[in-house]
Amino acid sequence: MSISGKGAEFSAGLRVAAPLLVAMVPIGVVFGAVAIGKGLSPLEASLMSLLVFAGGSQFVAMDLWTHPASWSALGFAALLVNLRHVLMSASIAGKLDDFRGWRKYAAMLVLTDESWALSEFRVIAGRLTAGFFTGAALSIYLVWNLATLAGALLGSVVGDMSVIGLDFAFPAVFIVLLMGFWKGRETGFVLLASAAAACLTHALVPGAWYIAAGALAGLAVAAFGHEEQAEQPA
Amino acid sequence: MTLDPNTLLTILAMMAATVATRLGGLLLVTHFTLTPRLKKALGVVPPAVLMAVVTPTALASGPAETTACAITAIAALRFSLLPAAALRPWRCCAESDCKKILPKS
Repeated sequence: MSISGKGAEFSAGLRVAAPLLVAMVPIGVVFGAVAIGKGLSPLEASLMSLLVFAGGSQFVAMDLWTHPASWSALGFAALLVNLRHVLMSASIAGKLDDFRGWRKYAAMLVLTDESWALSEFRVIAGRLTAGFFTGAALSIYLVWNLATLAGALLGSVVGDMSVIGLDFAFPAVFIVLLMGFWKGRETGFVLLASAAAACLTHALVPGAWYIAAGALAGLAVAAFGHEEQAEQPA
Repeated sequence: MTLDPNTLLTILAMMAATVATRLGGLLLVTHFTLTPRLKKALGVVPPAVLMAVVTPTALASGPAETTACAITAIAALRFSLLPAAALRPWRCCAESDCKKILPKS
């Protein structure tokens, strides 16, 4: 692809990520502020966003933070919360053939719910290119880290953001994207199984097991739901 | 600016766990041949994961959140919101004469 084509794809990635970037700023700021409240230094808070770069698990870590921090407990918590990445990266990897060799591994390192969902949706709409993924994923990385730094520097000045409803921005975006994956009745069964298993697990098991449970229940329905279709070559 | 060794160790443990999950899926699909059934299951990963992620907010947070989620879902079906709005410039482009502007790789 030519330079101008790559540039167009890159800015297309930026454009679809833009609404998410706006919603991400307050959440990153809150993370930074919460981290300071938990006794982390701005350097430590920023390092976590730079190196871990997974919002859900970072908030869970703040929830579980102790002094001194238990690296085994928090590492395991991060593993659980981020277990969904295994499915996400398995699903998107086959659609990212635009990336060659090590670049595909590098791309997976900055995979987030947001860049993944946008990329999966891009596949439905047409072709997913490296430029598009880079534009979406890198802008998310940049904004998340700048917001964390800003929040950490502001420290405890920023109050509880849940009162103004910004914490609803991400579920709302995910629901909108979710409806785009509707492919008829079979999707309905997948969603029902996923929701039921996630709900049950969320109520009975502490921690983030509900994401893995819901996802696997949905996959099981797809894999074993219609025997005759499953036997056909994909 | 302080950097507590124990905090650094914790951050590195979290990083290792997260990197493992991010690369795990890619390693799985590159090193194992997928059966048709597994491929079919992988095909529904997007809706299944997204549903599981939003379920606690949608169903177990309270009536306000449940209502808000339902309204969002209905609105998304009625008017194609974010994805359509965000992808439209590109989609028009791909369908019409943009092939002239964007040469194939």
